[in-house]
Amino acid sequence: MIDKIVGSMAEAMEGIKDGSTVLIGGFGAVGQPNALIDGLIEQGATDLTVACNNAGVGRVGLARLMDLGRVRKIICSFPRSSDPVVFETLYRAGKIELEIVPQGTLAERMHAAGAGIPAFFTATGVGTKMAMGKETREIDGRTYVLEKSLPGEAALVEAWEADRWGNLTFRKSGRNFNPVMAMAARLTIVQSQHIRELGEIDPDHVHTPGIFVNRVLHVPYGDPSGF
Amino acid sequence: MPDSLLAEAKPLSRTEMAARVARDIPEGWYVNLGIGMPTAVADHVPMDREVIFHSENGVLGMGPAPPKDQIDPWLINAGKQHVTLRTGGSFCHHADSFAMIRGGHLDLCVLGAFQVAENGDIANWATSENDTAPAVGGAMDLAAGAKRLWVMMEHTTRDGTPKLVHRCSYPLTALGAVKRVYTNLAVLEVTERGFVVIELAPGMTMDALQARTGATLHLPA
Repeated sequence: MIDKIVGSMAEAMEGIKDGSTVLIGGFGAVGQPNALIDGLIEQGATDLTVACNNAGVGRVGLARLMDLGRVRKIICSFPRSSDPVVFETLYRAGKIELEIVPQGTLAERMHAAGAGIPAFFTATGVGTKMAMGKETREIDGRTYVLEKSLPGEAALVEAWEADRWGNLTFRKSGRNFNPVMAMAARLTIVQSQHIRELGEIDPDHVHTPGIFVNRVLHVPYGDPSGF
Repeated sequence: MPDSLLAEAKPLSRTEMAARVARDIPEGWYVNLGIGMPTAVADHVPMDREVIFHSENGVLGMGPAPPKDQIDPWLINAGKQHVTLRTGGSFCHHADSFAMIRGGHLDLCVLGAFQVAENGDIANWATSENDTAPAVGGAMDLAAGAKRLWVMMEHTTRDGTPKLVHRCSYPLTALGAVKRVYTNLAVLEVTERGFVVIELAPGMTMDALQARTGATLHLPA
């Protein structure tokens, strides 16, 4: 019997190694796997590369992981937030690498990784700092820049519902980066608000099929708050 | 404004600018409004004119901000403000949301900007090459991907420096992307000739506008 549901945070985090690239879902506080981020802090992996839309808020969650010196590099589109104190302090001190990526390119790089596409051409960023040092090509009269896919060793994802096969649904704008990160990582770890019986989620309503999911932890925390 | 040329001029307020942009958006368009000033444009599109607003974080058919007691904590826009979903609206993931942008499915994107050049270049994400932790978000995707890009901004900076220029000096967001600019002083098309003035704010003159613009202005042919 396939059962991807794990009983503890320790089990959920098992095997994330030092030096890993970890993809972390969420946009603002919505769809952000806060419990799993705390689990990663507890788990101890270090020298991490983190891909996430933002670079942490305040001193909790991702900001705390960075504050503990565990993140070597952050790949994101928008390192500013209502309170980016930790990131900005580390960045000014030269203690964290930053790779800024246009938001759509960030999503597509992970989408491509999940689909076995090593690189793709896009018009986004042509003629800007984002294209510096990258291959460009003219295709049918328009110039495009080559962007490489962004696979992760692990992804931390927040879902609304999950079953033991790892089929997922998301809630409203909580979907955001979560499905593409689930596709892009070798080890996809999900925290889910609800656990459903197999078959209870209408097959037509599954957003992320279980093939993209490795582990599910039940975390019924309620509504997101703060940013 | 100090100089006499502008004694009679009545620059548009931000609300009037938003209303002016909204007037030009026809029913049926799919539209993304950038964070900041452009967000207010939606407030001036009447509900019976069906314009479908898109937000980068996977919201299509976005509605106005909810009353405080009806906030849905699961529903935010790209500016991380609480919003609503109109009947008929839908959600998608980030790659699909940006496929809508990058695949040329949006009829219009309205962005704010630091500078727009007469060749349509836009600079709206960083004000120096050495910005501490510059944040680009979805601006480059929107500028390069939407069917049309309009910019909505003050005509000059607070100290009077022109924002419509011959060539941008700030880091670029996209090349040759801007089709139209709405400012507090005028509406301008970006054409092969450069900036063409199609409308002046009440009391504004071409000479006064030219004095506040860093590129040569043209009249419609």
